[in-house]
Amino acid sequence: MKRVTKLLSLCLVLMMVVGMLSACGDKEEKAGSFSDGGKVLNIRVWNDEFARRMRDHMPGYTAKNPDNALEGGTLGDITVNFIQVENQGTAYQDALDAALEAQANASGDDLLDIFLVEVDYAAKYVQSEYSLDVKKLGLTDTDLANQYQYTKDAVTYNGALKGVTWQACPAGLIYNREIAKEVLGTDDPAEVQKAVSDWATFTATAEEMKEAGYYMVAGYDDTFRVFSNNVSSKWVEDGKLNIDAQLSAWVDQTKEFTDKGYNNKASLWGDTWSAGFYPDGGVFCYFGPAWFIDFSMAADTEGSIANQGGWGLCEGPQNYFWGGTWICAASGTDNAKEIVEIMKAMTCNETVMKGIVEKDGDFINHKPAMEAMAQTDYSNKVLGGQNPLPIFVAAANSIELKNLSTYDQGCNETFQAAMKDYFDGVCDYETALKNFKEDIHTKYPAISVD
Amino acid sequence: MARRKVHLYDETEIKENMSLTGRRTIAHIVLIFLTLLCLFWFYMLFINCTRSNSEIMKGFSWLPGKNFFENWKNLKNSTVDVFTGLKNSAIVSIISAALCVYFSTLTAFAIHAYNFPAKNAVYTFILMIMMIPTQVTSLGFVKFCRDVGLENSFLPIVLPSIAAPVTFFYLKQYMDSSLSLSLIEAARIDGSSEFRTFNSIVLPLMKPAIAVQAIFTFVSSWNNYYVPALLLQKDEKKTLPLLIAQLRSSDWQKFDMGQVYMCIAFSIFPVVIVYLLLSKFIVAGVQLGGVKE
Amino acid sequence: MADVQKSQKHRSVTKGKWGIIFMIPFALAFFAFQLYPLFSTVYNSFFENYKDGLNQVGPNFIGIDNYKEILSDGSLLRLAYNTLIMWLIGFVPQILISLLLASWFANHRLRIRCAGFFKTVIYMPNLIMASAFAMLFFALFSDIGPVNAMLSSMGFGTFRFFSSPWATRIIIGFMNFLMWFGNTTILLMAGIMGIDPALFEAAEVDGARPGQIFRKITLPILKPILLYVMLTSMIGGIQMFDVPQILTNGSGSPNKTALTLIMELNKHMYSKNYGMGGAISVVLLIMTAILSLLVFKFMVKKKED
Repeated sequence: MKRVTKLLSLCLVLMMVVGMLSACGDKEEKAGSFSDGGKVLNIRVWNDEFARRMRDHMPGYTAKNPDNALEGGTLGDITVNFIQVENQGTAYQDALDAALEAQANASGDDLLDIFLVEVDYAAKYVQSEYSLDVKKLGLTDTDLANQYQYTKDAVTYNGALKGVTWQACPAGLIYNREIAKEVLGTDDPAEVQKAVSDWATFTATAEEMKEAGYYMVAGYDDTFRVFSNNVSSKWVEDGKLNIDAQLSAWVDQTKEFTDKGYNNKASLWGDTWSAGFYPDGGVFCYFGPAWFIDFSMAADTEGSIANQGGWGLCEGPQNYFWGGTWICAASGTDNAKEIVEIMKAMTCNETVMKGIVEKDGDFINHKPAMEAMAQTDYSNKVLGGQNPLPIFVAAANSIELKNLSTYDQGCNETFQAAMKDYFDGVCDYETALKNFKEDIHTKYPAISVD
Repeated sequence: MARRKVHLYDETEIKENMSLTGRRTIAHIVLIFLTLLCLFWFYMLFINCTRSNSEIMKGFSWLPGKNFFENWKNLKNSTVDVFTGLKNSAIVSIISAALCVYFSTLTAFAIHAYNFPAKNAVYTFILMIMMIPTQVTSLGFVKFCRDVGLENSFLPIVLPSIAAPVTFFYLKQYMDSSLSLSLIEAARIDGSSEFRTFNSIVLPLMKPAIAVQAIFTFVSSWNNYYVPALLLQKDEKKTLPLLIAQLRSSDWQKFDMGQVYMCIAFSIFPVVIVYLLLSKFIVAGVQLGGVKE
Repeated sequence: MADVQKSQKHRSVTKGKWGIIFMIPFALAFFAFQLYPLFSTVYNSFFENYKDGLNQVGPNFIGIDNYKEILSDGSLLRLAYNTLIMWLIGFVPQILISLLLASWFANHRLRIRCAGFFKTVIYMPNLIMASAFAMLFFALFSDIGPVNAMLSSMGFGTFRFFSSPWATRIIIGFMNFLMWFGNTTILLMAGIMGIDPALFEAAEVDGARPGQIFRKITLPILKPILLYVMLTSMIGGIQMFDVPQILTNGSGSPNKTALTLIMELNKHMYSKNYGMGGAISVVLLIMTAILSLLVFKFMVKKKED
């Protein structure tokens, strides 16, 4: 027994030593540094979207296997690798974090060069030493002049631009034309806009919809992004949890809508929520950007409203955006030249980006190109032939995005989940708020919740 | 007196037969109900892999759609390589199950049949390991694997199954209830070495229990997502549950629940086959148990 | 008699080294892959050690502050209650039906038809991964799902299952039941298979009733396996995670009534909070050990009766 105890304590000591050694790795060494001459360009992604854009549009890039863009390829004499970890739970970020921390001890072919982020957690990486200022890398203000301001604001920290994107995702209010004609007497976007131009008229219209037997929106989460994109303060101010007036407004509105029967009590992406994609669903409007209209409203299914071109688009009560993927450069990269080459081509080069519009239908991050397209006779089938671009272009120009914090993803998700109980009538607002604060305290111990 | 007694005996026998018939009927009704309850989910999965994304988003349906081949074609042409995934899952699960049952039986046998110092302390200690929640320790485990450079390797996924306290505990309990030490004594008298005794006498006797645990281990390792997700990041090493998760995080342009369900069905199909093959062995084990000794 | 005992003892001691040799692989795998996480879990529970975004906070030694925090506000009790309730909802029918089925299958006079088929089928829900299973249940019990369609056609109107604490708990318990009752039945059957059939025959010749045979022969011999089932189900119950996690999207809604202990633990992993996570693990470990001990005591005492 004595021997066992000895052995155990020896193990314990060994482990503590190993733990301390690994904790003391010199992290700061490569922060903010970059170099050239690497032979392998490693890119971390969560799906194949960017790999396909590279395959189809990047000048000088040859994909190894055209059928599977994720297998990578070559850019000149540089090998390009994609490392994909799915975005389920925190899997992608966990793997990315581990790779960024290992960067100090990695070398040559293993160095991470590019990683992608979404807006909900962009700040976590942008506000760290692990991402590089793209202007220091070599992108100039002239290169970036045509990008929408909000796409730069989203990834700017202390004046340093830490990422770029080829997409913009301005969004609007997508309404059911049949219902608009019946209740509002018109399905003309400009006329419908008058009935939803701010939240007060939006609520008044909801009452009309209810009287006519329709739902204004499908569920609880539909208007969340519209409100949360327009906050005037951050989720966390001076280390303290802060609930912005816009978010309280979302809670009040949604509770009112639920109690008065203006919505169908659905949660985003659920079957009750998507029931409104069909005539029987009786939902007046959804909120979404271009990709949502094209790919998420069941346009390929017989009998859906989208299939019959039965939707219309107007600006809605407030400007906002939904989606987008930012390209970030990792500190310590040894392929700075290629990173700049990719960023310039994919996010600044008008010819390349126009190719993206034509092939993939993305709303690209290039103001003159999109404004020119808005003037053409481009029309969208889902929207019954309407050209959505003038509305999206106007929205993209006026989106303001200045209040991101590193805690946005967890706060947004947890807030919506906690408030669902309040909307459902399972508990009162105070309890829902208490649950929310408890969860935030658990998920982010650094935040003071009181 | 004698006649009366015979009469009485008949009556109870009839009563008993009737109650037996009644019980048999109830048993069959319950079993059929449970069968439907168990198989319904496979029907639902099948239905969903014949439907398109928007049909699935629309909700449940009793009738199949027309997208079966379309979904299969999309899955085959997607970025996930299901056949490599199948191969990886098979390697991981078969090796895990084999290592797990063999070494758990060996360990259980060590505790069951031998006396050595601190045996009870060791036994208690193994039982205590069983009580550790896996969520936190697995993160420490993954960190450890990364530190020693075992990322993207199957080794840290299969080797830990050598020390499987739950399987060990079951086999130990099974030995307590049905492995008599006299058989081992007999083998020893015949001059069989301890290791040979284990392989040629103990293992065959433990067949029903081993088959059961082999299935359980195989299935749980086949469906395991958590640890592989943290360790396997190279496409050529990913197992099927990771591929399903990957399909579910596709971008909007390519998001397709039909494909996801097809991938789920593709993942479950082999495990059903393996289970049916092994389960024959379990059911046959009834007769084996019947003729033994 | 004493001589025989002595010589037997002597023999098993000399062979005892084989016992140790046979344990080596287990011990090696355990030391390599489980001991480190185990120690680091306990060790970390005394530290402030988490990540704030990408910044590591700690590890700073803070004594038992982590324990104080989790034990102070009583929320752990609430979670333990949720976990217990959902476990019972699944486990009670699971053990009863499994015992019933196992005894039916073992009873030769009952002559169950297609017994092989039934035995095979009952384990099959376990082949479906929990995430896929939860997706199917979600579709089934959604506001516009088939269960609600049925309720509406019977004139009851829509019942929002996932906004009702008890409906959600019952669905989770039911899913656990469905996933595990086959497993338990198979375990019990394997135990019954190990019983010498001559025992049953002798009992039948002596005129014992089926119920008597079950109580007096099957149950006592099954005791080790039953103990196993009780213990592993209980430990599995305390560690209940994947079904409620996926079904409620990690929130344990409605109003945290479906939030289990391990789901809370998992939330701490959001910030890689090894300190708090470690403390909860240690508390769970102690809880499990106490409960296991009680089960052991209870079962052993019953054996003596």
